[in-house]
Amino acid sequence: MFNENAKLSEKVFADNIPQAPTRDGFGKGSVEAGEADARVVVLCADLKESTRAEQFEKRFPERFIEMGVAEQNMATVAAGMANAGKIPFITSYAAFSPGRNYEQIRTTIALNNVPVKICGMHAGVSVGPDGATHQMLEDIGMMRMLPGMTVIVPADAEEARKAVVAAAKTDGPLYIRFGRVATPVFTTTETPFEIGKALTLWSSESPKVAILATGSLSYTALISAKNLSEKGIETTILHVPTIKPLDTEAILSVAKRTGRVITIEEHQSAGGFGSAIAEFLAQNFPVQMRILGVEDKFGQSGTPEELLAHYGLDAKHIEEAVRKLLN
Amino acid sequence: MMAPTDADIEKLEKQAEKIRETIISMLVAAGSGHTAGPLDMADIFTAFYFHILSHDPKRPDWPERDRLILSNGHICPLLYATLAHAGYFPVEECLTLRKFGSRLQGHPERLRLPGLETTSGPLGSGLSQAAGIAYSYRMDGKKPHIYCAMSDGEQEEGNTWEAAMFAGKNKLHNLTAVMDRNNIQIDGMTEDVMPLEPLADKYRAFNWHVLEVNGNDIRAFIAAVEEAKAIYEKPTLIIAHTIAGKGVPEIESDYHWHGKPPTKEEGERFLKTIRTMGGKISHEYS
Repeated sequence: MFNENAKLSEKVFADNIPQAPTRDGFGKGSVEAGEADARVVVLCADLKESTRAEQFEKRFPERFIEMGVAEQNMATVAAGMANAGKIPFITSYAAFSPGRNYEQIRTTIALNNVPVKICGMHAGVSVGPDGATHQMLEDIGMMRMLPGMTVIVPADAEEARKAVVAAAKTDGPLYIRFGRVATPVFTTTETPFEIGKALTLWSSESPKVAILATGSLSYTALISAKNLSEKGIETTILHVPTIKPLDTEAILSVAKRTGRVITIEEHQSAGGFGSAIAEFLAQNFPVQMRILGVEDKFGQSGTPEELLAHYGLDAKHIEEAVRKLLN
Repeated sequence: MMAPTDADIEKLEKQAEKIRETIISMLVAAGSGHTAGPLDMADIFTAFYFHILSHDPKRPDWPERDRLILSNGHICPLLYATLAHAGYFPVEECLTLRKFGSRLQGHPERLRLPGLETTSGPLGSGLSQAAGIAYSYRMDGKKPHIYCAMSDGEQEEGNTWEAAMFAGKNKLHNLTAVMDRNNIQIDGMTEDVMPLEPLADKYRAFNWHVLEVNGNDIRAFIAAVEEAKAIYEKPTLIIAHTIAGKGVPEIESDYHWHGKPPTKEEGERFLKTIRTMGGKISHEYS
């Protein structure tokens, strides 16, 4: 059953649940952050419509900086701007930022410890028709390995909005991952969000498996929990929007309750969210575990639904993994 | 910035020699590091920290300070030695270069040592950071001038040209870049490794104002900076033609000295050369 404290949308399982891409949350959140703090600036690499950076541009034209198609320069100019007292958000597709400008991020943002907020849009296979070049599947790993880097993967457009607003209030470097395709907006303005905190979406009296999910796949996990519950298999769903720093208390708690953990992410299964959970649990409370992600493959063209199913990232595959873990 | 008198120039030249001596001592003590670039840029860094920049060693974070961004972090022995002689920290600390626990890391880290403006080493990312600072200062109506010291070798990095394009587009007149045109890089002469010329034409095509000076002539360099500050519609690049390893004739213009330090014996010989002004005087000054 739902965790009431999560204050999820009343339409969570309704056919007419509103849908929006998480990048919409960047558009709204960046304007809010800009209104709250005049130091916020947004840098754009020739993708202002698809990153939704144009919403910030409309509201604050003087604080919007068009960099052209130059992601390395965007990262380093932002490092300089942060050094000069600004709070820059840099926006592009995740395949290019942090994909192309990793070293610049490493040296001039992370090691230099300046508050640049890296916003990687169009992450994951659900980008769809654009194909493998644009479907970033390694960004969580790249970013979480950098000392001092906070890593956030919001579940829906509303949580993405909150994450952007919260990001502007932090002092250090930070990465937020966004998706292209519209996904259910199942959290509400009342749903708690705090950087570093996980959120139980679904629980039962004696769950047998804990499903830890991040990004929009947390909604998919919720569908699985409902389906499984209808067949008498009880689970708990922990949505983990902050991959670094991990909410170790919440993770330890569900691991202890269930003794079985499944993670799911739209990322390589190596090095990403599941790896972060495995690194923590292996050293603190080893449990049976399955990591659902893309298995050492690149993406390809297709519809988001086709691709998520092909790479094993839909409700059916989660439910199968739960059954296997219980056998 | 006042135009320097003859006495000022003489004082600056002597200061530059002191800094060169410190560089040799630090490199010998470290046992690794870069020699040629720090020596050839010593006149320019002296001009910056002892004449051009508005700064205060007692208040490294003073918001009104001019800012010199070092892009090619590998010449940090020069930056460290200059900062120490300017009073940011004790000159003796220079001998901790590259040692465990030292604030003087092998490549500069902003947060470890007062006076460092950025973290640098990987090439090609200093000009864009300087441009980011200059852009922000102009947004906020702040007066300080932003300088970027960069190498010729790092003109091979794509990021450098992205930054040049950005600064040209935005007419960042509060940004002045200084390129150490010493013609050497690790693998050889720049024009053999990857031809860079015509550098001045390239920057002009990117909407920069370009000046060329003898980078080992302090008076000429100061005059170039004065001109750069007077240009209002464009960022300025000063191509400073320097002699790699300047001050130690036996290594001058030899690319093998780009990335290695002198041995103890070589160091003693180099110091003697500097202290006798290349053998022009018989007694070493102190």
